[in-house]
Amino acid sequence: MTRRVFIVNAALVATLIGGVACGQQVPINAAGATFPYPMYSKWFDEYHKKFPQIPINYASIGSGGGIAQVTAGTVDFGASDGPMTDMQMKQFQDKRGSAILHFPTVLGADVPTYNIPGVATALNFTPEALAGIFLGKITKWDDPELTKANPGVKLPSSNIVVVHRSDGSGTTYVWVDYLCKVSKEWETKVGRGTSVNWPVGLGGKGNEGVSGSIQQTANSIGYVELIYAVQNKMTYGKVKNASGEFIQASLASVTAAAAGIPMPDDFRISITNAPGKGAYPISSFTWLLIPSKIADPTKKKAIKDFLAWMLADGQKMTEALSYAPLPQAVVAKEVKAIDKIQ
Amino acid sequence: MAASSTTNFSARPSGRASTFWQRLRSGDDIAYVITLTCALTILAITALLVFELYKNSAVPRHQFGWSFLVTTTWDPVAGQFGALPFIYGTVVTSALALLMAIPLGVGAAIFLAELAPLRISNALTFLIELLAAVPSVIFGLLGIFVLVPALVSIEPAIRSVLGWTPLFSGPFYGVSIFSAGVVLTVMIIPFIISISREVILAVPAEQRDGALALGATKWETTWNVVIPFAKKGIMGSIFLALARSLGETMAVTMVIGNEPKINQSLFAPGYSIAAVIANEFAEATGDLYLGALIELGLVLFGLTIIINGLARVLVLTTTKKGAI
Repeated sequence: MTRRVFIVNAALVATLIGGVACGQQVPINAAGATFPYPMYSKWFDEYHKKFPQIPINYASIGSGGGIAQVTAGTVDFGASDGPMTDMQMKQFQDKRGSAILHFPTVLGADVPTYNIPGVATALNFTPEALAGIFLGKITKWDDPELTKANPGVKLPSSNIVVVHRSDGSGTTYVWVDYLCKVSKEWETKVGRGTSVNWPVGLGGKGNEGVSGSIQQTANSIGYVELIYAVQNKMTYGKVKNASGEFIQASLASVTAAAAGIPMPDDFRISITNAPGKGAYPISSFTWLLIPSKIADPTKKKAIKDFLAWMLADGQKMTEALSYAPLPQAVVAKEVKAIDKIQ
Repeated sequence: MAASSTTNFSARPSGRASTFWQRLRSGDDIAYVITLTCALTILAITALLVFELYKNSAVPRHQFGWSFLVTTTWDPVAGQFGALPFIYGTVVTSALALLMAIPLGVGAAIFLAELAPLRISNALTFLIELLAAVPSVIFGLLGIFVLVPALVSIEPAIRSVLGWTPLFSGPFYGVSIFSAGVVLTVMIIPFIISISREVILAVPAEQRDGALALGATKWETTWNVVIPFAKKGIMGSIFLALARSLGETMAVTMVIGNEPKINQSLFAPGYSIAAVIANEFAEATGDLYLGALIELGLVLFGLTIIINGLARVLVLTTTKKGAI
């Protein structure tokens, strides 16, 4: 009995001491993109283990939400799968009196995935074929645009069923951004956005909704995130890049796409249809959105330290979770940019 | 009836010559104030909700006016928003669900309340109430992975019977307005069964005894006496089911196909109001786009009021007898 009381007391004391330590903690709040959430939660967790006084809470509410929250100042930093537009940057400047900085963290990619009875190989897709299918102009699997790129594969003469994301998402943004770059008609008729007015097709909610619809529907095609396709062992096609090679998406070919494009000083760049050997054309960065002025000195130091750690140790953890790491040149450039946070 | 004395007791004893202190001690005034506050809170929440929806949808209301309700283009990139395909999808899926769920649900309730042995009835009711507690995303996943393939396999049979109507024409991809109606049916049946059963069980035994004494058979008693008596309560269960199906989000979006177009065929994909709000709200940016989604919420609210109002008028004009 006394022993038990002692243990309870010891536990209480420990809690009290812990409570005192908690008092010195600097909780940092962040919100935004869902696509890099598994990576971010791993990073924030590892970083918290290393520096127990800095817990970072991340709410994966979507890129649009991340931009809105960081602009409103309800979170310390945001995260987005698409770079902020000039108008959004201006809104931030007007509201907060300082600029917002973009820091690329990892890379992702979209892959075309399909269900054609009797075809189990990775098909080759030209940009013209993808744009034609999603515009509703190529309606049969044995269209010359497809058969020409896939010699030796017997494609059926069935109607193509297009499946796209119904929820607004960074995945959709990357996909339509690519289609805008390879097809003038797509750019004028549909345009870019996290949700668009699709010319054809069924909408599935989330990656699981799209892949579910594809599995259930013969002769269908859709797009999902590379990570989702890898984790679920789905068949996905190769896409012809700007230098004319058919490339299958992989961590290496996605990083190659990022390495082949000159990086601007504000890091806001789309790398879809990237030139360069071995580059997978439907790839994208995902960004942390960090205010350039952080008033609280403890928070400022914590965020700057985290960025430095993420660019060094953090990058080594990406491949285990199937995210493509940043190219070395980008890392070096970002390390210099950390000093812009005042 | 015995209930009348209770009613008098709970009413405010305003006529009696009692001091405020006495009334307070007996608890009547306290109870009155507390319950009144509860009732007013509900009103206030509803009013606040409508006010917020109205205020935050100012931008699209000014830009599109009433045409928001009758145009069919939904293009976030170009900033063109029309609600008609979503209104159509919401109304048609709910109507389909009621069409299938009412006969099944009321039939099952009659069996459980009147015909089944009590032990079986209790066990089944427990299971049905469990079904009502299943989260809707589970119904959606079951819809995608079980129901849709099943519908694809029985589609030729449906088509051979009903294919001559334009309602069942055109290609069928599995996800469709029809599939959403079927998933909704499964989701709302438990409400209809469990409430209707309670209502039927609450019909006084004298009603049944009277009918049986007059020489009616068991089924005649049930159909001509018990059901008309319980009609209002059964209608109530249907209202609740309707409300649930109008506002259902996750399960619908997973099987409806999410295409904002109006197609004549029930086999074609469609979209519902709740589904598009859930799908696009998180990533919507800009006052016009966000406002348009909020205005859709306002439209759904209005739609629910209109449909419920019409249903109530229907009940009032058709119900002559019945006490529950």
